[in-house]
Amino acid sequence: MTNLSRRGVLGLAGLAGLAVLSACSSSDPLATPSASTATSAAMTGATLVVGSQQYYSNEIIAELYAQVLEKAGFTVKRQYQIGQREVYLPELESGKVDVMPEYSGNLLQFYDKKTTAKDPAAIQTALGEKLPSGLRVLTAAAATDQDSYNVTKAFAEEHSLTSLEDLVKLSGKLKVAANSEFATRPYGPLGLKSVYGVDVESVPVEDSGGPLTVKALKDGTVQLADIYTADPAITKEGFVTLADPKNLILPQNVTPLVSAKVDATAAAAIEKVNAQLSMADLLSLNAKSVEQAAKSADVAREWLQMKNLL
Amino acid sequence: MNYFADALAWIVDPAHLHGSNGILARSAEHLWYTLLAVALACLVAIPAGWYVGHTGRGRGFAVGLSGAVRAVPTLGLITLFGILLGIGLTGPMLAFVVLAIPSILAGAYAGVEAIDPAVLDAARASGMTEWQVLRQVEIPLGLPLTVAGVRSAALQVVATATLAAYVGAGGLGRYLFLGLKTQDYAQMLAGSLLVVALALISEAVFSTVQRFTTPAGLRTL
Repeated sequence: MTNLSRRGVLGLAGLAGLAVLSACSSSDPLATPSASTATSAAMTGATLVVGSQQYYSNEIIAELYAQVLEKAGFTVKRQYQIGQREVYLPELESGKVDVMPEYSGNLLQFYDKKTTAKDPAAIQTALGEKLPSGLRVLTAAAATDQDSYNVTKAFAEEHSLTSLEDLVKLSGKLKVAANSEFATRPYGPLGLKSVYGVDVESVPVEDSGGPLTVKALKDGTVQLADIYTADPAITKEGFVTLADPKNLILPQNVTPLVSAKVDATAAAAIEKVNAQLSMADLLSLNAKSVEQAAKSADVAREWLQMKNLL
Repeated sequence: MNYFADALAWIVDPAHLHGSNGILARSAEHLWYTLLAVALACLVAIPAGWYVGHTGRGRGFAVGLSGAVRAVPTLGLITLFGILLGIGLTGPMLAFVVLAIPSILAGAYAGVEAIDPAVLDAARASGMTEWQVLRQVEIPLGLPLTVAGVRSAALQVVATATLAAYVGAGGLGRYLFLGLKTQDYAQMLAGSLLVVALALISEAVFSTVQRFTTPAGLRTL
């Protein structure tokens, strides 16, 4: 009995607390300070929901957008780590999420499996046509996060390699460490053969360009490794990412996918971030997160301050 | 049921039988990894188990060790060895040996320990040396439990050897990883069914061995 009644009291107290809180929120304490930075949407107290994939680097980019939106006077709700496209794209379509950092090529392929767009500009145009109504993409950043063929610095210098085209000079079959599905992908061994005339054999290592793949490349067990361009291991180990002049690999530029609730002011704020987000910037953001185990919010704030965006 | 039908169709498709990524080659690799890991683990664990069972020395250590090692996650161990030793078979093989040791060690010492002390007293009273007691009494009487230990180790390793594919080695795990990453669930389930089949074969073989290693006087029938 004593337990029950105590619980009852606690419940009542909780309810009372909630009532007080909701009374507070209806008067919207955030509206006053944001009015001073003054934009039309901000003054109406617009709330935008920023989402992110279940991927640390994506969350950092989401946090960049979230912080500049707050600076522009919006109220931001964060819905991070939502998982795969199958899960979060319906959320955007139904209006539950308003801003999502996306990767151009994969996003396009999700809505148009048979797309023939291969370079960043064509992908951006195609996205304009293929996205469901109510959704649009803003200008993409220069930074990408896509599969890439990497070699060690020593190997690149020995054979003067800078691009996938240069691999033709090498004799014998080269080995590529990559996830097993790499062998079936259009940018895998078959694509390399048909586009660049280079014979490679894939060695399956299932950690998506992680430490085992890095180790295999450093050991010389393989000559090439498929590592994502935004992986800080590339700079840390001094690997050379081979250029892809014939667009074998579908470009994955960082692209904000937004809902109709994102007005011109919000879009401008996000695009200012994108205009500054180079490959080197994304790599250093990721490196900070990985090497110093820093929180996405701190990593993002530091970068935004450095770029005078905050 | 549809997935099962697809998986069975995948297995019987002659195109999947031969070649370096064929069912025959991958099953042979898988079986080879299992046999090698269990054999290496036997080399370490059986003499150690007999020593512990015969002398009673280091019993607490052996019990604690085999308990603790069972809690080590094999995928973590494979990744760790892979990072230290590079990709290929060495890393996963070490991890499988570590996985197999506890069961075999426990079987070997439990087999010797479970012998009626009166039997050992009788052996010593009839003038047997310690060496003879071990070889002629303890090992034969403890053999069924030792084999049971090897049997359960083989079962664990055959099911876990799929992880070899994580670090660039072969085996049936290839089908699981490739199927998972390319949403080819028929291939994935086919790989699993093949592992199940190997596990059942291993069980059948070891239960027969267990029967034949039971000394005539102890057989129930």
